Amino acid sequence: MKSVLPVLTIVGAIFAIWYGAAVWLNAPWAHDVAARADRVLSLPELVADTWAQDKPKLPAPHQVAVELWDTVVGKSITSKRSLVYHAWITLSASLLGFVMGTVLGFALALGIVYNRVMDMSVMPWVIASQTIPILAIAPMIIVVLNAVGLSGLLPKAMISMYLSFFPIVVGMVKGLRSPDGMQLDQMRTWNGSRMQEFFKLRLPSSMPYLFTSMKIAMAASLVGAIVGELPTGAVAGLGARLLAGSYYGQTIQIWSALIMAAALAAAAVALIGLMQRVVLKRMGLS
Amino acid sequence: MIWLVLGIAVWAGGWALNVWLAGRAKSTATSLAVPVVFGLTLVVIWECLVRGLEISPVLLPPPTAIGARFAASTGVLWEDFVQTVIKGALSGYVIGCLAALGVALLADRFVFLRRGLLPVGNFVAALPIIGLAPIMVMWFGFDWQSKAAIVVVMVFFPLLVNTVQGLQASEVMQRDLMRTYAAGYWTTLIKLRLPAAMPFIFNGLKIATTLALIGAIVAEFFGSPIRGMGFRISTSVGQLALDLVWAEILVAAIAGSAFYGAVALIERAVTFWHPSQRRRT
Repeated sequence: MKSVLPVLTIVGAIFAIWYGAAVWLNAPWAHDVAARADRVLSLPELVADTWAQDKPKLPAPHQVAVELWDTVVGKSITSKRSLVYHAWITLSASLLGFVMGTVLGFALALGIVYNRVMDMSVMPWVIASQTIPILAIAPMIIVVLNAVGLSGLLPKAMISMYLSFFPIVVGMVKGLRSPDGMQLDQMRTWNGSRMQEFFKLRLPSSMPYLFTSMKIAMAASLVGAIVGELPTGAVAGLGARLLAGSYYGQTIQIWSALIMAAALAAAAVALIGLMQRVVLKRMGLS
Repeated sequence: MIWLVLGIAVWAGGWALNVWLAGRAKSTATSLAVPVVFGLTLVVIWECLVRGLEISPVLLPPPTAIGARFAASTGVLWEDFVQTVIKGALSGYVIGCLAALGVALLADRFVFLRRGLLPVGNFVAALPIIGLAPIMVMWFGFDWQSKAAIVVVMVFFPLLVNTVQGLQASEVMQRDLMRTYAAGYWTTLIKLRLPAAMPFIFNGLKIATTLALIGAIVAEFFGSPIRGMGFRISTSVGQLALDLVWAEILVAAIAGSAFYGAVALIERAVTFWHPSQRRRT
């Protein structure tokens, strides 16, 4: 509770800077319009104008809030102008990709922990795969999969999967190896089979690592889905909203899509955090 | 058909070789050879599959075609590399990292700022910041300045969070010792706390290398002058010149790995004392 006041102060400062920057960035346009009408703007007029332009360089927070309210609550969710509709398209792709990435990451981690050859040959490539700016491949993956006949959800989910499997692999390898030699020896003195060792010792002790990695993976898979929507000229989804907004100079639309994406990411990560708390508490780990 | 058989043979051979290598005593040579064999096997299988199944080069060009294209268009690739990596990613990376270090030092000095900034920073680090790219393009124009700007924002928060954490990594006992030496804030910072924070800082720097390249390339999808890796990728996909796209990806992969490797090498030199860097004997 000690940090409530400082956090509020910082958030307040961000809003203050935002409003100030809106005045500063939108002022030239306001002056131009005024000069054409042969008027000189007084300071209050200038501020009022810069916070209420149609296509501002930086929309003021309340403009974004109004746009959000209009497109989230004001439109029916099946309408193509509803932000909920676009958010759902992005979210469904990233959730599918997240699940696929988690399964793949878990399988790879199992292989790496239990098979020495895989440990030595796959692990370096898993790490190398992330030094490659993989999002750059996104347009190509989508075009190629389109040509094979796959379109819609799955190509975007593949990109999300590629981004999200890595944190899971790294986290789970660490987690499955976290029981120390003493505990493994104990299992052996009880004549535990490999299956028992896995289910009674390795898997439970990897849970804290799993949830931490899942949070990172979820955030990454949302980024993957958004970028996956960019280059294909996709007509729906938050990425498509960003692209359309940048083509037509609709800055308010860009910002509302951004805020929506941020809210989705925050909600998904918070949900995993909640699961983490419940599960770890029942396991007696936290 | 012959290609498919060859592919399966190479796969079996590579696997057997790796099993044999992994079974031998662990040394630098084997731990280097195993992943190399694995990678080469994958590339050969790729080539064999593309030829054997007669996959159209529009869908997936074979590695040999990509290599030929790479060799034939080094001029274009170099131009794109300079535009995207040197001008966009690298300048943004330097500015963003310096800014993050500065803010982290401030946040460390003032407890109030730290309490407020750390949760906000953690929150922002999980957001899809890449979405700011169109806005940056709108503000800073099509050239590399807008790419550098998005890179600055992308690398800022991970490094900030890591650095603030790292500055608290020194133990109370060590700080007390510095006080008994009558060391002031700055001496303590330079002699004890910054060195102790280095593993954390380099962790953030390494995360930031990948983010910087991704930011610079993706920002070019939103508009760029007629050069740059992101520009080339998106236009070549439109022209179905997939071999050029793959050549760009190869450049991106090499640049990304080299960037990461360079930071990792500096890390090894700076944090030689840390347990994770010590040579295992």
